[in-house]
Amino acid sequence: MLAFTLRRAIQAIGVMIAVGVIAFSMFRFAGDPVNQIVSLDTPAAEREAVRKSLGLDDPVPVQFARYFANAAQFKFGVSYQFRQPVSNLLMERMPATLELAACATVFAMVFGILMGVYSALRRDTFLTKIFQAVSLIGISLPTFLIGILLIYLFSVTLGWLPSFGRGDVVRIGWWTTGLLTLSGLKALIMPSITLGLFQMTLIMRLVRAEMLEVLRTDYIRFARARGLTTRAIHFGHALKNTLVPVITVAGLQFGSVIAFAIITETVFQWPGMGLLFVQAVQNVDIPIMAAYLLMVSLIFVTINLVVDILYTIVDPRLRSTISRPA
Amino acid sequence: MSDAVVPHRVEPSAPRARSGTGWLKRALDSDIFYSFRRSRMTMVAAAVTLLFFLLAVFASQLAVQNPFDPAQLQLMNSRISPLWTADGQSPFLLGTDEQGRDVFSAILYGLRISLVVGVLGVIFAAALGITLGLIAGYVGGAVDGLIMRIADVQLTFPAILIALLVNGVAKSVFGNRLDAMSTLAVLVVAIGLSFWVQYARTVRGSVMVEKNKDYVAAAQLIGLPAPKIIFRHVLPNTMGPILVIATINLALAVITEATLSFLGAGMPDTMPSLGTLIRIGNNYLFAGEWWIVAFPGIALAGLILAINLLGDWLRDALNPKLR
Repeated sequence: MLAFTLRRAIQAIGVMIAVGVIAFSMFRFAGDPVNQIVSLDTPAAEREAVRKSLGLDDPVPVQFARYFANAAQFKFGVSYQFRQPVSNLLMERMPATLELAACATVFAMVFGILMGVYSALRRDTFLTKIFQAVSLIGISLPTFLIGILLIYLFSVTLGWLPSFGRGDVVRIGWWTTGLLTLSGLKALIMPSITLGLFQMTLIMRLVRAEMLEVLRTDYIRFARARGLTTRAIHFGHALKNTLVPVITVAGLQFGSVIAFAIITETVFQWPGMGLLFVQAVQNVDIPIMAAYLLMVSLIFVTINLVVDILYTIVDPRLRSTISRPA
Repeated sequence: MSDAVVPHRVEPSAPRARSGTGWLKRALDSDIFYSFRRSRMTMVAAAVTLLFFLLAVFASQLAVQNPFDPAQLQLMNSRISPLWTADGQSPFLLGTDEQGRDVFSAILYGLRISLVVGVLGVIFAAALGITLGLIAGYVGGAVDGLIMRIADVQLTFPAILIALLVNGVAKSVFGNRLDAMSTLAVLVVAIGLSFWVQYARTVRGSVMVEKNKDYVAAAQLIGLPAPKIIFRHVLPNTMGPILVIATINLALAVITEATLSFLGAGMPDTMPSLGTLIRIGNNYLFAGEWWIVAFPGIALAGLILAINLLGDWLRDALNPKLR
């Protein structure tokens, strides 16, 4: 157990170093950082001075060590387009993304589990067929189309919900939250559904499959023989045993929810890290791209590490990788 | 496994039935074709997919204008609603956009670009993944370890993130003013680099099984060079699963291209793909001009759904164990 944990931890550190090398190479070699800082008519001598002040004339390994040391302290350099430290920009945007990702995950869990349980218990009803159609849509439709469809329905046609932004936010320390105001909550609804729909589909299918399997087992038959109520059997015994894999998958998927927030945030102009990243890609703002890559990798690697370690405690059956489309 | 789809499965000693009728008869008698005829949904999906490909191929014949040619666009014709609505005008079947571009023509040309990027992206991903998988499986040892480690790491990151990064880096290296054709090439590379892992893993797995079989030992004994054994003898026996992955990946590649273009990191407005058209149309949603975004969206969704259904069927048909 300890050996496994250690091996996985070392692997995780290896991955982070590899990602660090990629981020550093992007930062250093994709475009000349000096050109982004000076203007076109800056004399060569001044350019050299800037180069020196940035430490760009040091040997590459030294530069890499410095970049890594800075990154470890959340210093990612200065954004080309905003002329502000990248870490400030990211910190400012992070609450929006995390709140959205958390709401999407909660939405996916609640509805995914409900729909999954229902379609496992009542296999041939009309509602189950509808759920299955919804799940086909959730898998086939690109995220941004779902978002546009929701905006057309609920903002343009019905005018119920805002189509962009976070609404009013309340500042608590450095964290900003939209959960405490009515407009903030209304603004959260459509982005959360858009972002969570794929996860919901995944969880629904998983719960359905697990429930069907569990309901066939001997201990459920035995529970029936003991004369327990259907409710107690279904929810007390069967559902409880399907929840472990569901929570594991939801946990593993949290990282990709954050990554896929890029698309949802663009559709709804949600002021989070994803929108910042897309703008950085459009405007070739390398420091932000590199920093975002590092941040997301850190989240991914941490989640994977925790889940992998939990596997050895809980259940190894689920160890398949789940890929999703955009 | 059927001869119709994987002709390489023919026994090496058997004469290859290339004459038209024999080949066709075998194809029509095969399990695959039987399961195809049994599933109405699959036949519809195949027909729809074929229709989309034909529309893309004959785009220039079917379109009423070339939407990429600014000289053919007239601002007089802008924002016309679809033909069946009160303000509809012939010949603009699905209406026109802000620049007087016929939406139907734009969809045909955009479909062509989406499919070209998707197909080339899949081919690139497959070529890269198959090569690396063959090497990893056949050579083994440290090479295998390195390739599979990279694959493991990459698999933890969503493809769209990798594609966006590749795109951003390419923009920064080549400058922000890439012309449309180079953007297309960058998209193909970005998609290829995001999807190669699955091929590599699958091929590696099959190669590990195949390389211990007698025919490989025989090929080694008669002194064939390793590359020849790998590509001529081992590769054909790993193609079944590859076909399934490629079909499902085509849908994913089309989605990825559309998403990149929608995010403004893909095809430019001057040479729009379906994703670009949706991004442009999205700006007019609030003005009530729903048709500019709706029809490209429906086209994209239909294309993806059809390819996905086809891929699902192919997976089940080629792998009886999953039925």
